[in-house]
Amino acid sequence: MGEDTTLLGRYRLLQLAGGAVAPLVTAALAFLVGGLVIVATTHKAPWGVYGGIFDGAGLNWLLPWTSGAARVDAGYNLQQTLLYTTALILTGLAVSFAFRCGLFNIGGQGQYIVGATVAVWIGSSLAGLQPAAHIVLTIVVATAAGAAWAGLAGLMQATVGAHEVITTIMLNWTAVWVASALLGQGGPLQGANTGDNPISSDVADGAKLPIVWGDPLLQGLSIGIFVALAALVVYWIVTSRTTLGFGIRTVGASPEAARYAGIDVARSAVVAMAVSGAFAGLAGALDILGWQFRLSVGDVQASQIGFIGIAVALLGRNTAVGVGLSALLFGSLVNGTSTRNLDPSVFRPDLAGNLTVLIQGLVVLFVGADVLVLVLLRRLRRRA
Amino acid sequence: MRSDGRLLGPGGIAFGLLAAWVALPPLELRTSIGPLLLGAAGVGAGALALRTGDTRRGRFAVAAGLLGGGLGVLATHSSTPHLEVVVGWAALLAAMLRYATPLLFAAIGGMISERSGVVNIGLEGMMLTGAFFGILGADKGGSWAVGVLVGMVAGGALALVYAVWAIHLRVDQIIGGTAMNFIALGLTGYLFVEIYGDQGTPSGISAVPDVHLSFLRSVPFLYGSIGQLNLLTWVALGLVVLSSAVVFRTPLGLRLRAVGEHPLAAETVGVSVFATRYTAVVVSGMLAAAGGAYLSVGFVDQFNQNMTAGRGFIALAALIFGKWRPYGAAGACLLFGFSTALAQRLAVYSQHGGIQIDVLFQALPYVLTLVAVAGVIGRSIPPAAVGTPYTRQ
Repeated sequence: MGEDTTLLGRYRLLQLAGGAVAPLVTAALAFLVGGLVIVATTHKAPWGVYGGIFDGAGLNWLLPWTSGAARVDAGYNLQQTLLYTTALILTGLAVSFAFRCGLFNIGGQGQYIVGATVAVWIGSSLAGLQPAAHIVLTIVVATAAGAAWAGLAGLMQATVGAHEVITTIMLNWTAVWVASALLGQGGPLQGANTGDNPISSDVADGAKLPIVWGDPLLQGLSIGIFVALAALVVYWIVTSRTTLGFGIRTVGASPEAARYAGIDVARSAVVAMAVSGAFAGLAGALDILGWQFRLSVGDVQASQIGFIGIAVALLGRNTAVGVGLSALLFGSLVNGTSTRNLDPSVFRPDLAGNLTVLIQGLVVLFVGADVLVLVLLRRLRRRA
Repeated sequence: MRSDGRLLGPGGIAFGLLAAWVALPPLELRTSIGPLLLGAAGVGAGALALRTGDTRRGRFAVAAGLLGGGLGVLATHSSTPHLEVVVGWAALLAAMLRYATPLLFAAIGGMISERSGVVNIGLEGMMLTGAFFGILGADKGGSWAVGVLVGMVAGGALALVYAVWAIHLRVDQIIGGTAMNFIALGLTGYLFVEIYGDQGTPSGISAVPDVHLSFLRSVPFLYGSIGQLNLLTWVALGLVVLSSAVVFRTPLGLRLRAVGEHPLAAETVGVSVFATRYTAVVVSGMLAAAGGAYLSVGFVDQFNQNMTAGRGFIALAALIFGKWRPYGAAGACLLFGFSTALAQRLAVYSQHGGIQIDVLFQALPYVLTLVAVAGVIGRSIPPAAVGTPYTRQ
């Protein structure tokens, strides 16, 4: 009993005991089960399929023997993978940061949608603005909108004790439908002459992020990746090196102890949720300004980036390095199984897309259980 | 004073209803002022009732005033010919019941699980599983009955996996439920593409029949609203009554609630916490799956990837909105079903340009639930031990 019955207690144990081994085992297990599904349903060798996904994600670019036209293609694919990774790092951090405060932010998807919607609104208006100012303004307002959306859940948790899991789920779907109405037919964000297939106007050229690798017209990699990497560093500094982070971690570990130590628990919950939402809102802004440039009702309803952030955070154990690496893993999976990138002769992309969702679910499922394995190991060791 | 105060609450509710009513046939008031004033009167009476201490009816009056006023203003903005379409009341009631049916199944399922102390965020996934395996069973088995059964078994199986994780492995229930939703989405999508490919499910799969109450033909309103409902709609309504009776009037229900409120005490008097929770979670999965099967085999007679589209979460919302009680949850399901039905009818309104009201309406269940958990319409208090794994001493 005691510390291993609470989620955070278990995570503390895990951080002491597991290191990198447990996440690796978790991911391997998920891919193994995914492989079994492949064999059972298609009788194909799973390594061939996973190899195809590996190539589809452009990870073969990293292999020195990839050359010529294959290398050029791999470069394009890897750029797209890194674009997904950018967003997933941030939506992963959105879940991780709240976790550190003992809160489960399931609302990353809604906060991401709010950020993306605000970004497309500001990015496509104010056309005369100076480019750098336009970019900064768009990112700041979208990030703040994400923070406010999540902060609402934090505020409800702090003031009336409404459970953040419930409020963030409700805020997710509220965001989906409000954004759908805003972007849909007759909505204020619908672009001109997009009657039956409503879609927003494109963001102004000046508001598009500079491209650091690849062709701007072929979804090259924008500077957004550096923003995401910087966010990882900021996350690490804030959680482990500042008074704010200390307070939030203390509240997460034990609200009673934190209260006794004079930490404002209610305020910590609001701040933790707001910072979480800021990460997710930033992800939405970077996607819009970095490569999507426009938003449709279909985009809003099909988007899974915020939800995948849950798996990213859980697999990454809420550490900066872990979130970065698992964002790369899931970014590769999402991009490598996309209809555009997966070689249909290797595996049907429409099947593979669902395989990605399945693997993601298995990762989340096993993450919980492998923590338990470690707890059991520790008990056995104590008994011996 | 006390006797006067008691009338304020019901009066406020009446004002709220009136606010919506005046804008609809036969009155068809065409200015927003009427509904606005009546709605405000409802809110005002409700506020006064709150001050006199009649909190329950006062809060209902405030809610009725806000909703009625809002609906009334919306309706006055629709042009009259469209309103005739909006208000085929009987058709609207029938549509409400149709949309509420899957929610009823899932919400009652969720209530049973949560009453035993296990949060079921995975309702959505279990519903989706029921929808896919329901149509698969009906297609391969040749009968809707086989389909519904196969769907329920599949949903129960997924729930069993979740139960092992949540009860025996004591994994965080939110994480476990989230995993279930992902797995169900991936697995059903994968199998759907694998089995049915680009063509989708074939047409003409055996569907759950409608119940024709022809003796109601002489009363057009009744016949129009409840005369041709789907069999599963009646089952869902029966389930509400049955679950309420079981949960609150039988020893079995008492055990269920005891396990959810104070598991240690229940175990002390000889109730097996594990057995109760396993049963409750599996039953909840089967019921959610029945709701999903209604969607695929009963409602649209086909399957699409992710076809539940968040209905599991609406059911979760209904459960919370209804304060973990069968009739409360059912009321919320009917309210959410009504808002969907009304939104479908109001869709014509958006053709005049301006924002699509029917799309915006889809956010209503979630916003109402946010309001409910914020404690505006009375606090929603979950079972005490919900979400806490039980360790045998």
